[in-house]
Amino acid sequence: MSAVTARIRRPRSTLARSLGLVVFAGAALLVASEALGPYDELQLANGAYYFAVLAGLTVLIGLSGQISLGHGALMAVGAYTVALLIGDERWALVPALLAAVAVTTLVGVLVGAAATRLRGPYLAGATLAFAVGLPALADKYTSLLGGENGLVINPPTPPSGLGANFPLERWEAWIACAGALVVLFAMNNLVHSDVGRAFRAVRDDEIAASLCGLHVGRVQTVAFVVSAACAGLGGGLLAVVLQLASPGAFALQLSLSLLTAVVLGGLGSIAGAAWGAAVLVLLPGWTNDIAHSFSLSTQVSANLPLAIYGLVLILAMLVWPGGIQGALRAAVSRLRERRAPGARDASP
Amino acid sequence: MRLRSYRTGAAAVVIAIVLGGCGSSSSEPGVSATSVTFGTHQPLTGPAAPGYSEIAPASQAFFNYLNAQGGINGRKIHLVYKDDEYNPAKTVNVVHQLVLQEKVFGIFEGLGTPTHTKVVGFLDSSKVPDMFVASGCPCWDNGTAQPYTFGWQPNYTIEGKILGQYIKQHFAAKKVGVFYQDDDFGNGGLTGIRYELPASQIVSAQPYQPGGTNVAPQISALKAAGAQVLVDFTVPIYTALGQLASFTLGYKPQLVVSNVGIDPTTVGGLLKTFSKGKAGTELIEGAITDGYLPSTADLSNPWIALFKKVHDQYDTSAPFDGNVEYGMANAYTLAQALQLAGKKLTRQDLVAAVNATGSKLTGPGLVPFRYSTSVHGGYGGAEMGQVRGGQIVLFGGPLVTEPTAGSAIAPYTTAQSAPPARGVSVP
Repeated sequence: MSAVTARIRRPRSTLARSLGLVVFAGAALLVASEALGPYDELQLANGAYYFAVLAGLTVLIGLSGQISLGHGALMAVGAYTVALLIGDERWALVPALLAAVAVTTLVGVLVGAAATRLRGPYLAGATLAFAVGLPALADKYTSLLGGENGLVINPPTPPSGLGANFPLERWEAWIACAGALVVLFAMNNLVHSDVGRAFRAVRDDEIAASLCGLHVGRVQTVAFVVSAACAGLGGGLLAVVLQLASPGAFALQLSLSLLTAVVLGGLGSIAGAAWGAAVLVLLPGWTNDIAHSFSLSTQVSANLPLAIYGLVLILAMLVWPGGIQGALRAAVSRLRERRAPGARDASP
Repeated sequence: MRLRSYRTGAAAVVIAIVLGGCGSSSSEPGVSATSVTFGTHQPLTGPAAPGYSEIAPASQAFFNYLNAQGGINGRKIHLVYKDDEYNPAKTVNVVHQLVLQEKVFGIFEGLGTPTHTKVVGFLDSSKVPDMFVASGCPCWDNGTAQPYTFGWQPNYTIEGKILGQYIKQHFAAKKVGVFYQDDDFGNGGLTGIRYELPASQIVSAQPYQPGGTNVAPQISALKAAGAQVLVDFTVPIYTALGQLASFTLGYKPQLVVSNVGIDPTTVGGLLKTFSKGKAGTELIEGAITDGYLPSTADLSNPWIALFKKVHDQYDTSAPFDGNVEYGMANAYTLAQALQLAGKKLTRQDLVAAVNATGSKLTGPGLVPFRYSTSVHGGYGGAEMGQVRGGQIVLFGGPLVTEPTAGSAIAPYTTAQSAPPARGVSVP
């Protein structure tokens, strides 16, 4: 009896929990953005579009067990779609972002379908080729895509209802955060849905999963497409926030840093994606400050941030193999155990 | 529990961001009675870093030299430089940081065409002086649409015309190929070349994207097209990669390179590194180029003597090469602009001073500036040069022209004026 009630209640509670989470996070971001200076608002916007990408990527890698080194290129697809639609076609913001998601989803279907035939390093290699090859299209179609220079779009105008002096950076932060909240809601639901369970089943044992009636290839393609859609939205938001789409912004390094960020944040966890986004936005500034706090020659201090970044990654992976979120979970459960010795943590 | 960790996360992020954002506020940012602060974005790492990473420290060294003499109008000049890795997304972020958080007075010498084009809109709409962009893109030359942005070095179309005229005069019967960066830098140069040469003479034009390292396909295509003269509109690393690919393919055209891609110290060093010591400056020996500043090898030139002196005192970690000269010469021009803007310095004053008097400024340049209210394009010409014995030797006298098809390329005969004993001199 109780099992039946649980089964009936569960989806509703997931939805409610996701909604609650979105409302809470939205309110927190709103309060935060009021308190921030204009540059920090830009950083918040940067963090928000990274979160959108990382949430999808963490579902792909952590839940469905597929690796992608090509998400930077998927972001480029979203960014160029938005830049072309807003810049050339004068589309409104929301339809342009939806179109970016649609186009990237389509690309995700193509890449994902090809990718389901590949495993492990071969899949990584194929997506890597995608990341390296796609930016070259900008040179092929220079008149449309602007070559190496890329495209520049006008900044979004804050609605007049917000007042004449509403800061542009805050408006950009709101747009990016709204996009991030949509992704948060969707991914949080997905993770706890049948689809999310299917992802995990396929990741853990493909044969067992297909014996349960799951179509392994289809499940993997769905995972890839979902994460591609998130990357498309993230890329589209990047184009709106930074007002550009150019090959230099979507180099291979971007794809690699996205992968490091999800691993460092904590694979498979949406909160981990938030940590990863914070790392991507804040760590470069910190490593720069550290590098410049020593009085070193320019050649050394210019390259030191990269070295520190690498060192932080290695140390973090050694100390927290489960990423930041994994370390936090462990710390919280340790604390609980100390408070109530013997009591079992019932939450998953 | 899940919710709680979100809350911790959100709180941590918010605290970190708020802590990061501290800055002073005043009516005119970045300037006081005793100092003025500029910011810049530079490729300190990444594909454009070799050579170019020396530019901002050299400018800083020249400011240090002026500051030791009491600065300009009693103000010491400070330069905050940030690494953008030649990545436009990073450029947007660091320039916003400089303007919004560090509250600099203006941006100076922001480097690169694909990078700086992404911040011009922001700087001009925020009315932040965007002085002397380190790129010859024709896109800075629009005082009407971008009143706060000024170019400095010759517009790439002007440079392309001058190189093109030389090819027309000396290699009229030869097939020409162009290897160029696929942005406004390469395209601007290509436009200038096309203004001067008949279309049939240019047999192939091959673009590259900065970031990749394999240029063999482009060089093979140029070789296959039978190009006997190879014009490079490339940053130093691609000049070097192109020459190594040519060497491997046994392709030996007459090389012609834009002045931004030929500094012999930089390119020679890169060739040496890439070939593990097997090749060096000899691969660019005899290359035709142009220059709008005196050659760094010409120590009898009083400007080179001054820059060498400043370099030996304030910038010892860098080699004394064309990049260092570039940084110092550009710093001299900014100091002149600050001197002209006067004791009571506002952003508007600085822009107005260059609009009004910029074309009369004299300094290390061999050719005059083109500045006016509508023209923001920098130096108006260059002198032809050649790499001889691993150094650039200029010859033939300075030439001036406009970045338009059909406008004449004329000799410029006004002699260079000597540097003042201290500070800067203005008309």
